[in-house]
Amino acid sequence: MLLEARKVTKRFGGVVALSDLDLQVEEQTIHSIIGPNGAGKTTFFNCVTGFLVPDEGEILLDSQPITGLRPDQIARLGIARTYQTIRLFRFLTVLDNVLIGLHPHVHYGILDAVIRSRRYHRSERAAAREARELLRYLGLAGKEFVVANNLSYGDQRRLEIARALALRPRLLLLDEPTAGMNPYETGQMITLIRRLRDERGMTILLIEHDMKVVMNISDLVTVLDFGEKIAEGKPAEVQANPLVIEAYLGRGAASGLGTIAAQAPRDESMPNASS
Amino acid sequence: MVIAWAIGSLLLLLVLVGSYRTLAAGHYTGGQWFDFVVFGLAQGGIYALIALGYTMVYGVLRMINFAHGEVFMSGAFSAFFLANALARRGFLASNPVLSLLVLMAFAALVSMTIAVILERVAYRPLRGAPRLVPLITAVGASFFLQYTFRGLFGSGVRVYPTVPLLEGAIFGIQTKLIVVFLGALATLGILWAFLTFTRTGLAIRAVAEDMEAAALMGVDVNRAISSTFAVGGAMAGVAGVLYALVFAQVQFFMGFLPGIKAFTSAVLGGIGNLPGAALGGLVLGLVESVGPSLFLDGLGIPAAHQLKDVIAFTILVLILIFRPTGILGERLGSRV
Amino acid sequence: MRRALTFGLIGSIVAWHLSLVGLVAAFAERWLIGQSLTFSYVVLLALILLVGYLTARRVSDWTGLAGAALAGLVVGLALWILALIVTEVNLRDAFVAASPSLAQILTFDRGVSVPSLAILLLIGAATGLIGGGIAWIPATGRRIVIGALSVTVLVGLLRDVLGPVLPPFLMRFLFSPGGGLSLPGAVIVLGLAIAIPVMRSGLRMQRVRQKGVLPARVLRRRRLALRALGVVFFVSFPLWAKLFLSNVADFVGLYILMGLGLNLVLGFAGLLDLGYVAFFAIGAYSMAVLTSPELGAFTLGFWTALPIAVAITVFSGILIGLPVLRMRGDYLAIATLGFGEIVRLLVLSDWLKPHLGGAQGVTRIARPVLGPFVIDRPQEYYYLILIGCGLGWFLSVRLRDSRIGRAWMAIREDEDVAQAMGINRVTAKLLAFATGASMGGLSGALFASLVNSVIPQSFSLLVSINVVALLVLGGIGSLPGVLVGALALVGLPELLREFQEYRLLVYGAVLIAMMIFRPAGLWPEETRVRELEEAAEEARETARTGVVAASQDGV
Repeated sequence: MLLEARKVTKRFGGVVALSDLDLQVEEQTIHSIIGPNGAGKTTFFNCVTGFLVPDEGEILLDSQPITGLRPDQIARLGIARTYQTIRLFRFLTVLDNVLIGLHPHVHYGILDAVIRSRRYHRSERAAAREARELLRYLGLAGKEFVVANNLSYGDQRRLEIARALALRPRLLLLDEPTAGMNPYETGQMITLIRRLRDERGMTILLIEHDMKVVMNISDLVTVLDFGEKIAEGKPAEVQANPLVIEAYLGRGAASGLGTIAAQAPRDESMPNASS
Repeated sequence: MVIAWAIGSLLLLLVLVGSYRTLAAGHYTGGQWFDFVVFGLAQGGIYALIALGYTMVYGVLRMINFAHGEVFMSGAFSAFFLANALARRGFLASNPVLSLLVLMAFAALVSMTIAVILERVAYRPLRGAPRLVPLITAVGASFFLQYTFRGLFGSGVRVYPTVPLLEGAIFGIQTKLIVVFLGALATLGILWAFLTFTRTGLAIRAVAEDMEAAALMGVDVNRAISSTFAVGGAMAGVAGVLYALVFAQVQFFMGFLPGIKAFTSAVLGGIGNLPGAALGGLVLGLVESVGPSLFLDGLGIPAAHQLKDVIAFTILVLILIFRPTGILGERLGSRV
Repeated sequence: MRRALTFGLIGSIVAWHLSLVGLVAAFAERWLIGQSLTFSYVVLLALILLVGYLTARRVSDWTGLAGAALAGLVVGLALWILALIVTEVNLRDAFVAASPSLAQILTFDRGVSVPSLAILLLIGAATGLIGGGIAWIPATGRRIVIGALSVTVLVGLLRDVLGPVLPPFLMRFLFSPGGGLSLPGAVIVLGLAIAIPVMRSGLRMQRVRQKGVLPARVLRRRRLALRALGVVFFVSFPLWAKLFLSNVADFVGLYILMGLGLNLVLGFAGLLDLGYVAFFAIGAYSMAVLTSPELGAFTLGFWTALPIAVAITVFSGILIGLPVLRMRGDYLAIATLGFGEIVRLLVLSDWLKPHLGGAQGVTRIARPVLGPFVIDRPQEYYYLILIGCGLGWFLSVRLRDSRIGRAWMAIREDEDVAQAMGINRVTAKLLAFATGASMGGLSGALFASLVNSVIPQSFSLLVSINVVALLVLGGIGSLPGVLVGALALVGLPELLREFQEYRLLVYGAVLIAMMIFRPAGLWPEETRVRELEEAAEEARETARTGVVAASQDGV
């Protein structure tokens, strides 16, 4: 078990965003979290990455508790994430973005930087090599010196993943990676996520609204509603679960989950609406 | 953080020890303490009025209008010329109450105009920019206004004419201090009524609560923001006249310290929180007036009154470190 | 039509403002072209040019030019009306600048009359028209024209500065004895300022047509040559610049050093420190307390005291930094401002007078001794300050191009994400604060020794504002920008004494205008991207030839 959440509860004032949530993420799997807006998905991500501290319960990475650690400590332990609305370092170059992701793995001190010691050169060269390798892996080769803001939308999403991968994480949290993408780009993203698992042995925890994506790539799906887990299982099982259908139907969708995907509240997944 | 808390506790200890030793030594009589308190309240009333401008603008735009101290200065300075004219014609002596009202109205008008222009020219083009950008502009505006006044009216200190009616004392309290304190309270009351009962007040509160939602509900956001600056400016203008009554002089640099102190008051009360700003102003005025004699004398610090600004700045820094939400808590929706 | 009137009206308000704050009259004695054009008129004419330019911009037909002329006319009218008011009504009780001499200046010494009205209207319209014309020239040509006009004005202004440097015959020819350029001199300077860039751009076009883009190696060689030229210039400066200029250069240098320090904090790490003067003050006072026999606590030599003073500043930087670094941006600005004021007030107080000298300050601060030499002239201090600036620059470049610099930039861009990338924000910020403080402290220590005394008045908030303003002008985060900003905002006012009064007025305007119209500054860091590309190309080249990738030198 790579990640384990035990009875995690998080409240904002009177609102319970997560209540007694238990979640286990198996190594080398793609695990999706779905649920209507406000179900607590992103709150859970924030708890895992240390930006929020759960009011109750604990979160373990590889059986080691990480609740209460600072975000940068958690990042160094091997959890990386992307954001629902893209959050790149917009005015830095593509290469710099990835190099910042490599920060915990570039080891030299101030003195090395000032006198440019051999250690500095060695580390910087290794970092640049790794960064370029990652960019090539994500199909961004040749764009190293483009300012991130000038990339196309799909490239920005990929760069965000490249930056997360630069942390050499064991667990990758993707918050709606296909939001705002057209079907072609979505298809590419699905392939990429699979490759991350199969080629790099990565464990991926995914928030996604697009049911086609979820059903297509997930090994396991967890459904949240009002901060509670209402179902969990293989995609097909979840799809047939009456509780799940009700949670979605209650919000006005008409038929099977396939169309729910199109009708589930999309406002937060539109790149412009939420920026 | 541990170090910060250690420093904080140390300071608290010093304050307690200082106070104890001052009181034990009995340098000051009860009458003197009373005077300190009265003066502190009057001064605090002025801070409160200025602080409201900071807090309202922060509530609406989430920005620190660093130039607000200069808005205050411009009111006080402009009213000086009118006061002089009134005094020369003997009007100030014969109709003191009316003259004071006229002066306040005039100062409020000038400050209001400057605040509104400031918002239109310097801040509106930058709405939505990263937080530091409008702050830098505001710092620029602050110096621009200061040195415009210096260029226009010279760098010297100008002495306000005295109002004969206010020279005496009632129950051993200087009349002008009473007038200033009551004037400040009355202005606060008017502001409360304005925000509660008028349409414009409602619009301001709506925008402070949620700008986008207010815009969707048909509130003219630009107008509401302009009104916020106008109201804040008017309060600062009135504060300018009250300040001039107490200190009887104006100068182009006079806005800086009251500005910072009023900002401290706003943070002290919880920025964005209107009653908080008023309370913060009074508290700061009191501490500053009583503090040097009470805390510092006992510690054997000579000429402690020189350090009254140090006390204000220390409070500012401490509040920002330990309780940035203020005494009453930050409340960005400015429900009154 | 409406547009023209709007711009004309705005221009009129600005013209009134400039006249009434005294800026126009202040330059009445400063000749640009001997005996015929003072800087007062340059200010007014430049304003009308700008109004005409703005009116005609983005209007492509003849109405643009007509509008520009109309707008200029309106400003001319406004000037005449102001002159009329000033002569007819005595405003001097309130407006100190509203003197009869202002009216004389505004009406070109013709008094308020019908002819002067006609002249003003004519001049206004003509100048507005020219301004509109400038808007019509294509961009490259426009840049050349504007550049040439600025150079001419600058040369005219700096007559007294260039005086001792130029050979006498040239001096006599170019400049008029009463001040400013001579008429032929002005024509020649203007002509050269237009011809040189025109020829250069022509040459470049030709070369690009022949060979395509210039290869990286040529560019690099050229940059090296430029750098060598710069080094020669800076090192030889005091030899030909004489006392006055060296003095100015010293002050500019001290501000550059502070600018570099604050640039680490504000430009790289994105922390607005409005109390940066505190570090300057702590450095200066440490130097004073450690060396001055007046206080008698210590009487160390300069060289012993210098590292101690810097260390004290770094320590205080950490001390101030620790509590404030968790704050959000705008609160941090105010808190640091508070610290800056606390430092100044404490230094000023009677309480600490026995230790810090109180309001009178401390004098007799140690001079640096090098073997048998005592450094005590500004020309000699210049080298000390130059070394300091070089050190600051070097440190900035090296840190910027390292993982530390990247961490700072990440924090500046998005603090949350930076943390999610494993960056410890407290350590990173503290490091920026401490390094920045060290440069401020060094600057302060050098300052104390240079002027040989410290008084609390030298450490007011205005110093902090000055440093922030020069960063904003040059471009926040840009190292060459620090240089440009310091030269423009510290150097120029030192050279133009009349300007001193209006320094802060201009700083204020600069801060507002830059943030609204050009937030990246005059010399932004965008060149860096191109630089990086070149470096990469070089690396590829060298890799191909089998040499170990050369370390690329920063900047």
